[in-house]
Amino acid sequence: MSSADLTSERDLPPEREASAKGDVAPERDGPRDTGMDDASLHRWLTRTWRTPPGIIGALSSVDHKVIARRYLITAFLFLCLGGLNAVVMRIQLSGPRRGLIGPDLYNQLFTMHGVTMMFLFAVPIVQATGIYLVPLMVGTRNIAFPRLNAFSYWVYVSGGLFAWVSFALSMAPDVGWFAYVPLSGPEYGPGKRADVWAQMITYTEVSSLAVAVATIVTIFKQRAPGMSLDKIPLYVWSLLVTSFVVVFAMPAVMITSTFLILDRLVGTHIFNPAEGGDALLFQHLFWFFGHPEVYIIFLPATGMVSAIIPAFARRPVFGHLGLVLSLIAVGFLSFGLWVHHMFATGLPKLGASFFTASSMMIAIPNGVQIFCWLATLWDGRPVIRTPLLFVFGFFFIFVIGGLTGVMLASVPLDLQVHDTYFVVAHFHYVLIGGAVFPLLGAAYFWFPKITGRMMSERLGRWHFWLALIGFNAAFFPMHIVGLWGMPRRVYTYPAELGWGNINLFITAGAVLFFLSFVLFAFNLIHGALKGAPAGDNPWDAGTLEWATSSPPPSYNFARIPVVTNVEPLWAEPQALPVATGLRADVRELLISTVAEAHPDIREKSATPSIWPLLAAIAVGGTFLYSIFTPWAIVWGAAPIAVTLIGWFWPKGDPEDEE
Amino acid sequence: MKRLASIAFATAIALSLQGCSGWQSALDPKGPAASELAWLIWFFTGLCAVVWVLVMVALAMPLMMRSRQRAEPLVLDAGADNRKLRVVMTAVGLTAVILVGLTLVSFFANRTLAAIGSDVALTIRVTGHQWWWEVRYEDATPSRILTTANEIHIPAGEPVRLLLTSTDVIHSFWVPSLSGKLDLIPGHMNVLDIKADKPGVYRGQCAEFCGAQHANMGTFVIAEPRAKFDAWWNDQLQPAAAPMSDEAKAGENLFLKRPCVMCHKIGGTPAGGTVAPDLTHVASRQTLAAGTLTMSRGNLAAWIADPQGVKPGSHMPVVDLSGDELNAIVAYLEGLK
Repeated sequence: MSSADLTSERDLPPEREASAKGDVAPERDGPRDTGMDDASLHRWLTRTWRTPPGIIGALSSVDHKVIARRYLITAFLFLCLGGLNAVVMRIQLSGPRRGLIGPDLYNQLFTMHGVTMMFLFAVPIVQATGIYLVPLMVGTRNIAFPRLNAFSYWVYVSGGLFAWVSFALSMAPDVGWFAYVPLSGPEYGPGKRADVWAQMITYTEVSSLAVAVATIVTIFKQRAPGMSLDKIPLYVWSLLVTSFVVVFAMPAVMITSTFLILDRLVGTHIFNPAEGGDALLFQHLFWFFGHPEVYIIFLPATGMVSAIIPAFARRPVFGHLGLVLSLIAVGFLSFGLWVHHMFATGLPKLGASFFTASSMMIAIPNGVQIFCWLATLWDGRPVIRTPLLFVFGFFFIFVIGGLTGVMLASVPLDLQVHDTYFVVAHFHYVLIGGAVFPLLGAAYFWFPKITGRMMSERLGRWHFWLALIGFNAAFFPMHIVGLWGMPRRVYTYPAELGWGNINLFITAGAVLFFLSFVLFAFNLIHGALKGAPAGDNPWDAGTLEWATSSPPPSYNFARIPVVTNVEPLWAEPQALPVATGLRADVRELLISTVAEAHPDIREKSATPSIWPLLAAIAVGGTFLYSIFTPWAIVWGAAPIAVTLIGWFWPKGDPEDEE
Repeated sequence: MKRLASIAFATAIALSLQGCSGWQSALDPKGPAASELAWLIWFFTGLCAVVWVLVMVALAMPLMMRSRQRAEPLVLDAGADNRKLRVVMTAVGLTAVILVGLTLVSFFANRTLAAIGSDVALTIRVTGHQWWWEVRYEDATPSRILTTANEIHIPAGEPVRLLLTSTDVIHSFWVPSLSGKLDLIPGHMNVLDIKADKPGVYRGQCAEFCGAQHANMGTFVIAEPRAKFDAWWNDQLQPAAAPMSDEAKAGENLFLKRPCVMCHKIGGTPAGGTVAPDLTHVASRQTLAAGTLTMSRGNLAAWIADPQGVKPGSHMPVVDLSGDELNAIVAYLEGLK
């Protein structure tokens, strides 16, 4: 951003809002960015917004970029752990009747693989990317509710530790990531394993709900002046829709896991058919969350694709409005398809047919997205760099996953392939093709912004081809072996069924795919240490995150940019117009109106605090204790109350005293 | 990418040729339902493959064309964008038409499947247990009601109604070469009509994760000509064969004195347990422990001596037997044809 453009303030008379507040006494009014020279503004803002030094300071950080970096690294570690799980399972399945591991460990492994990938990797990493990028893309200084954001990270970490420490103690859940009753119920799931599942869900859902709320408020209220609804980048739209889906879907699974805990711990019989409960109720509740969950993972990835394609196609995305409407349509429709996970439970025929139709229908908005991206790429020759390669990989793989999804939507067809390796192939094509490949592309795309250095392009290409070949070698044959009758979640199979060779091939592909991630990890570390300096905008992209330096300063933007186009940097290639008037000595944000993004008021942003960590420890301890006794809720309430009181203790700001 | 696709395709063909002899395969239909479904699978696969190839061609087009990179990102050709809009709208319209078509195809396939059971004469109650199948043949005459385990004999060429339920956790009944799967849910009763075109043995296994030994919960549908089936039913109604040798007699005594009797039933003896498979005619079955072992003297001995080694986690306990005792029990069970 240029410093020379101080005067081109648009739409924003900051003095007016200050006076509108009425009581801002001159002596309380500290230095503002208006008219301040760049060097002293930088000094002021750094002092105001930096994360305090020292360990306590680091643990108190509320900087969205710091939290997001921790989230990203933690989620990547969980990805590696989940991947290792998968490799061990694949070695066990590489031949018939192999004895590497027994059913007890195998069942824990596939449960931990699913739980880790869904709750500890996929959802956190897409939300973490949003935590990092959304405030930068909408041109604000920090995420809304920054302490809640910090809290969400600590709760997420404790949930992850809880699950993996349980695994190390051989008390990890062994009932599948879906944990159907009665298998996970008190009668057939002895020990604490199913309780670990239920409470781990609670941790991660609390954390993702917190992030969703912060993301929604950031997008609605903190957009840079001029960023009206039609100028919001598609990536930000995708996070907005995703966050709403989180808000409506996650409570369903929290209810599911809480009911399960109640059945197991308190002796309710909600899911016990012998006492008038119903085992199928669990599945309805679970999938009412479980299907939107897929879109919680997939929608942000479409946002990444919508961010990467324009940068390399060198034009704004074709059909911006259509893409926004598709995102919203997918968000709504995702709640109307959950029953297609339950076609084999023996539903009334008419009801099942309805869900066939609704499941087919969601392919239409997804088709709109695919066609609009293709149309964007048809304009001239795209610049082929690693991020775009991964987007091509996304098309190659995800379209197959989408089409097999159409096959699964058909009730009769689903009855043959449901719960077989065909479904395993399908959802890995959807989730790895639809989310992991875009995420890898996004990693190459935004890595320079986060670290200030480039990742190796050459290694990136090797990584891409290794991942593409390894993935398809591992997962394409699963379609076939599923049609040959191999069910999911079996720890072994007899030789006479003839599945041995194809499973050996799959295992080889899986190892190759795993190696591609080793290469990726090397490229990440190498890039962070020795990569070429990136500059502010290495891809010459158009959205606001590229306007600030790489890595961005703690305050993101020295002066809040004013947006005139959906690709502001392309519209104002010389220098972005800016809005001024924010205080430099306290953490102040510009709050704008929801639809038009007119500047509205100035608002304080929370300062660093250790209380979110302490609150997360209190909450985490309560959840952990609660798998042993319901009294944990009573005893845990006290420390939670203490930490929350500390967290929200009035600071004596003039505003608070009013 | 083209090269990759062709490699993947060649692999798929090579592998599918290898596996088509499978006796537990959705692509190897042996009954009207599975045939309808195999047709449906191939139809959907073909159509989806065409769509996928078209999308890949559309993706490859800008890479093939030797056009220049755009210089001015915001300078757009309105005419070209309008043409694109028409193409995109057409593609979306076609997508919608294809999806409506597939919905209808799937709806009518479902009706065809529902018609298979319009004229059933035989009803079999299949109850899922961790990790075996209880099979009960219903009959209006109580004395003709028959209970067996893991193997389902049916008359070939006749529709048979299966009533599916469970007493513990959820299981799923799936014999892919005859029909799609359907869950066995405690507290619910599901109805699945199956029909085998020809006599034969069709393997299936539990398809819903049901705990430690989900992988070893196999079942066999054995379709026979009507006369043979009727004869089988009559044989199975007979009480257990009396032990012939001294060793087998000793085995019967041991069976009745040891914990075996707590769980298993042997018709014609005091053994009346119902929580484990009925052993009245156990030696007439082809496999042991729900498809885990083939029926043989050695496997019978292995299964009784070390059930937790053969099927870890199974509910069959280890019973402390000396070598002679084990031999005696095996000799007895071996005679229960």
